[in-house]
Amino acid sequence: MSRSSGETLELSADVLIIGGGLAGTWAASAARRAGASVILADKGYCGTSGVTATAGPGHWWIPPDPPELRETAIRNRRKTGAGLNEPEWMARILALTWESLPTLDGFYKFSTDENGVKQHRALRGPEYMRALRKLVDSLGVTVLDHSPALELLQRSDGSVAGARGIRRQAGGDWQVNAGAVVLATGGTSFLSRLLGSHTNTGDGYLLAAEAGAELSGMEFTTYYTVAPVRSTMTRSMSYAFATYYDADGAVIAMPPGPETTRPLARAMLKGRVFCDLARTPEDIRARVPTISPNVMLPFRRWGIDPYKDRFEVTLHGEGTIRGIGGLRVVGDHCQTSVPGLYAAGDAATRELVAGAISGGGNINSAWAVSSGQWAGAGAARHAAANGSQSGGRAIGQAGLRPASARRDVDLGTTLSTIQGEMLAYDKNIFRSGETLKRSAEILDDAWAEFDAHAQGAGDALLRTRETAAMLATARWCAASALAREESRGMHQRDDRPEMDPRFNRRILVGGLDKVWTASDYGHALELAS
Amino acid sequence: MIELVIAERCTGCNACVEICPTNVLEAISGDVPRIARQEDCQTCFMCELYCRADAIYVAPDCENPTPVDKNAILASGLLGEFRRNHGWDEWADDPRYPNEHWRMESVFLRARMAFQRRLRRLQHHVPPSSCRP
Ligand SMILES: Cc1cc2nc3c(=O)[nH]c(=O)nc-3n(C[C@H](O)[C@H](O)[C@H](O)COP(=O)(O)OP(=O)(O)OC[C@H]3O[C@@H](n4cnc5c(N)ncnc54)[C@H](O)[C@@H]3O)c2cc1C
Ligand code: SF4
Ligand code: SF4
Repeated sequence: MSRSSGETLELSADVLIIGGGLAGTWAASAARRAGASVILADKGYCGTSGVTATAGPGHWWIPPDPPELRETAIRNRRKTGAGLNEPEWMARILALTWESLPTLDGFYKFSTDENGVKQHRALRGPEYMRALRKLVDSLGVTVLDHSPALELLQRSDGSVAGARGIRRQAGGDWQVNAGAVVLATGGTSFLSRLLGSHTNTGDGYLLAAEAGAELSGMEFTTYYTVAPVRSTMTRSMSYAFATYYDADGAVIAMPPGPETTRPLARAMLKGRVFCDLARTPEDIRARVPTISPNVMLPFRRWGIDPYKDRFEVTLHGEGTIRGIGGLRVVGDHCQTSVPGLYAAGDAATRELVAGAISGGGNINSAWAVSSGQWAGAGAARHAAANGSQSGGRAIGQAGLRPASARRDVDLGTTLSTIQGEMLAYDKNIFRSGETLKRSAEILDDAWAEFDAHAQGAGDALLRTRETAAMLATARWCAASALAREESRGMHQRDDRPEMDPRFNRRILVGGLDKVWTASDYGHALELAS
Repeated sequence: MIELVIAERCTGCNACVEICPTNVLEAISGDVPRIARQEDCQTCFMCELYCRADAIYVAPDCENPTPVDKNAILASGLLGEFRRNHGWDEWADDPRYPNEHWRMESVFLRARMAFQRRLRRLQHHVPPSSCRP
């Protein structure tokens, strides 16, 4: 299977999985179980990379009996999802997640409650990803760690034939010729310092768009999570009992429910915001280290007692991570519109199951587990049916093969531009047509320059390509938010404060040189009543 | 950001080099790993979890390096605390460090209930029609 040619490690397999987080490992296991030979390449290390490894996902977890339980949950979620999600897809992920998690027994040590009942719903991140690494190793998946994919290979008939990338520890390049490819590269938070998100720079979106795929739901990218300033610790559980104060010590009023982002952002736009966790009951305090061992790390190391002392907080943007958007899925196997190319987890849109609000806390992980397996099995089937692994041509553009003469483009400046439009509270949380239009123009200008001249080399190659991916993603977000001329779910426009039935449909987006948007008329949706 | 690889403790196993998601560390033959790209550190603490020798210290500041005194850190008791709380390796069967992650949901539930209680108390003082959530 292996052949080294010069500096390039060249391999072939039925299925290539790009990204080894929650969705990628489940995808690899399903493709193997369907009989395919599988290679999984991760930018970092499969087992610690990605946002699952540093968190601890609670899955959407509802027993099949009595059936009313799931029916009610789906009905309620249709309402909160503002009509963009579909009951069939929700039922599918509930069913598959329920079947899948218990199969990890032996790889993951499930805890039991006071009554000796095994608890499958929520798994601790590092242990979960360690278990999934062991699972894929045991199934005979070939794992390439520290091997970011930089571009896809595509045949002249349009089908995807593998990918190329670099081996950042071993040195040299890799190329995998494959019968089908699954993109499981996660979402992107535009390097906001969200915990564990540093390798998630939207690469899969760019790779797929270069092959001709489109995205959906990219306007739903306004989710933020509170963290102590200068820290990455975006673990929301600890803030369940938070009290927030402005710089003068006055309590900031919070609305009922989980929606704290807008009032906090409003306060942060005026000045510094502080927090204490004094309302946390004693018994919960005692258990925090054994529930989520990383929550207390920053406090202990800074000598802060969060239950007594006030500490300054910030909001880290999550982009498409606990936002919603991603590659458009066009069928039950999570195939994209490009033959041989599949999308799973946060690399895919989660509108189908989450609708217009975040799927964090339950749906996202159930989606990653399920979409991963569908994509893996679908890719295995496609590879078996189509036979050929070879014949692809490398198709990467921005940051790899500039459209005109190579010129130095400052990556730090470009990243600041992206973050300025995608993370700033005043532009991204409190949206309006005017500011979105301006954002789109700024990002288009940055793209024109980047696409024309940037060409990564040496140590800067990966970061150059990552910057291209984030810039492309930012443009799709701005264009989609501009196109959705209403407020719905997490997308709130000050100039269009109402939900508008004309937009009871998904918004597709794509394009590199020129960004386009379109309504997903194929999926004209009834508004959930 | 990662600040210390403590030579007196490090066994040179290079596990940290292998598992760091952002490739911050570099293996040096015959020596302890070098913090080669500190600016790429994503402050995820994974290297501490995977270091059986408790030889690594990651400071919570993710924006700038933190000046740290190695001896003070060695004396602080912070080294290895994270791995212990996770119940990894030799701590796996220690009853003091069970994996209680599954209780996370009940914490959120308790917070919601506490909120409802506060809301009800509030509702005692205002006409009911004006405080629908
Ligand atoms: C703090 C936090 C808490 C969360 N809690 C919950 C919860 O309780 N319940 C819930 O349902 N959801 C939760 N989520 C969301 C959930 O974690 C994600 O939906 C899930 O991790 C998605 O899995 P994924 O595999 O798509 O992405 P990830 O797990 O992020 O994996 C993506 C992988 O792709 C790799 N990669 C990226 N680019 C490349 C490239 N070019 N080449 C090769 N590899 C690449 C990355 O290194 C990474 O390993 C939480 C998210 C966060 C941030
Ligand atoms: S994991 Fe710990 S012991 Fe092993 S090389 Fe790294 S610092 Fe040294
Ligand atoms: S904290 Fe995370 S990113 Fe930083 S060195 Fe350790 S493993 Fe690498």
